Amino acid sequence: MKVTVKLFAMLQTYAPEGARAGTPFEVEMPENSTIADLIDHLDIPEREVKIAYVDGRARSPQFRLEPGTEVGIFPPVGGG
Amino acid sequence: MWILRLNMTDRSYKIEEVPERYKQLGGRAMTSTLIHDEVDPQAHPLGPNNKLVFAPGLLAGTSAPSSGRMSVGGKSPLTGGIKESNVGSEWSAAMARMGLKAVVVEGQPADESFWTVHIAYKEGKPVVEFQQADEYVGQDLYDVYPMLYEKLSNKVQVAAIGTSGELKYANSGIAFNDMHKGPTRYAGRGGLGAVMGSKGLKFLILDAADTPRVEMANPELFREGQKKMREALMEHAITKPQGGLNTYGTAILINILNEAGGLPTRNFRSGRFEGAADIAGEAIFESNKERMGKEIYNHGCSPGCTIQCSNTLYDENCEEIVSCVEYESDWALGANCGIANLDAIGRMIKLCNGYGLDTIETGVTIGVVMDSGMIEFGDEQGTLDLIEQMGKGTPVGRLLGMGAADVAKAFGNPRSPTVKGQAMPAYEPRAVKGIGVTYATTTMGADHTAGYTIAPEILSVGGESDPLQADKAKADLSRGFQSTTALIDSSGHCLFIAFAILDIPSGFEGLIDEINGMLGTNMTQEEAVETGAEVLRLERAFNEKAGFTNADDRLPEFMKYEKLPPHNVVADLSDEVMDSVYGEL
Repeated sequence: MKVTVKLFAMLQTYAPEGARAGTPFEVEMPENSTIADLIDHLDIPEREVKIAYVDGRARSPQFRLEPGTEVGIFPPVGGG
Repeated sequence: MWILRLNMTDRSYKIEEVPERYKQLGGRAMTSTLIHDEVDPQAHPLGPNNKLVFAPGLLAGTSAPSSGRMSVGGKSPLTGGIKESNVGSEWSAAMARMGLKAVVVEGQPADESFWTVHIAYKEGKPVVEFQQADEYVGQDLYDVYPMLYEKLSNKVQVAAIGTSGELKYANSGIAFNDMHKGPTRYAGRGGLGAVMGSKGLKFLILDAADTPRVEMANPELFREGQKKMREALMEHAITKPQGGLNTYGTAILINILNEAGGLPTRNFRSGRFEGAADIAGEAIFESNKERMGKEIYNHGCSPGCTIQCSNTLYDENCEEIVSCVEYESDWALGANCGIANLDAIGRMIKLCNGYGLDTIETGVTIGVVMDSGMIEFGDEQGTLDLIEQMGKGTPVGRLLGMGAADVAKAFGNPRSPTVKGQAMPAYEPRAVKGIGVTYATTTMGADHTAGYTIAPEILSVGGESDPLQADKAKADLSRGFQSTTALIDSSGHCLFIAFAILDIPSGFEGLIDEINGMLGTNMTQEEAVETGAEVLRLERAFNEKAGFTNADDRLPEFMKYEKLPPHNVVADLSDEVMDSVYGEL
């Protein structure tokens, strides 16, 4: 299945060449994959990931993806 | 240590020993206690009986990392309540080294004259001179600061009001010099620039040459605390060198709030902005990298800051547009106005700095103007023009200078995103319930810094709290954050230490050790946070005497019936939950 991914801040380095932070790109994943599987597939070290958003909600690494799901993945961020 | 009183009615001054009861106070605790004790809550904010208080944080001038923050306090012309506005600058350390616990500005001239107050240090005491400043009135602060620095030593610290403060706008801030001697560090919120203007005070200048080091009661304990604090800041991914804040600045928050559906867009009509990625901290970093041909990391607002979150935005000719583009300013003039052009936002911020305008209040005011149909959302040139009109004092500009709440009234628009007359910052309270509690209940009017529940609600820092969950736990969360914040604001530390010390317990211990080392006290963590709660009680008592009741601790009504996309949520926390924040303090 195809899912859409957006990577932010430092995680941008794991996006396809030339993509800006937050630019969506598609990834082919096996059915029933989780957010953790996706992070692994993208070669992002687990410790670099702080939060993943799906449809405006923060979701755990065990959250199961469906075809067309859009996932936004963040390292630790903060400001004000 | 001294309290310096400046009498602007007859341009005299008094230096008083700090009374015993004030000796352990700094920053916000100092300004709010003094305002509580000395200002009639019924006084007009711009009349002779209001006072303006400048106070360095407790740890100012020490080697505590990121402790260059200070507080300015008074009765706010924007909210009609007590105000503490916080700023990071070299100022704070200079004040502490001069032995100044507080500078209290009192009275006002009988005429419309403007003055410079120059404070130097001779033979162990501050020495004050009053000089006419009328020649600088009506000018852009970016022109005025270099003139002042040329005339005076390059080493002085300058606080100033721009034209907005001279014209006594409720949205005017007080400028403090940045590390490059520019007018870009702001005690922005609550219209304290107008209070300074009402006192005829154009510039407050510190010359801290030949001042001694700051003394502390227990240097050894302080050093232990300082070390723990430094280690926590250097370790945490958000605050460490080349970490989130140092790389992308505070605007790193644009994308995550947008993903969470909590980025207020087009005067709080949506929680998502389609142009978010174009104005985010990542876009600022990338734009600079492309234009300057190298990665540019951020700088500090004050010496001794290890976080260094202040960015600079460069144009295509590698010239500086402005420093810095904060998350709040970026959002207020960007997403909130439907504007996705970073360079244009940078130019708007620069105008605000030059005229002394609070970027949050200004951006939200213009959002209301757009929402009311005077100009279109997304109108960059129209926005630049309205800011110019504010700075130049045209009739329209003067009306806009009253702030978002009054401008919404002027247009007959119920969509006024304000609490106690102060514009909301860059988090949608319908989509992030805890920050809504803080907006509604803080003594300051809508203010995110007063109780930054965003940390657990959005950033998963200091635990986790579902942002959409509307229950009593949000009141407890906000109350806890409000007390701890009042402690941090009194310490002189930057609020951003919270990211590190909420996640790294030894960092929190470090804060307490630093304070105990400074004061010679033996407070536990709970006792220290209780001193923060005590500040809140004093502020609340002032506001009650000024006429505020629980009915003022509410979010605007339109948020209760207008569903916010994408979550389609309304403000649904009960009045009882709101009232429990201070009811159970």
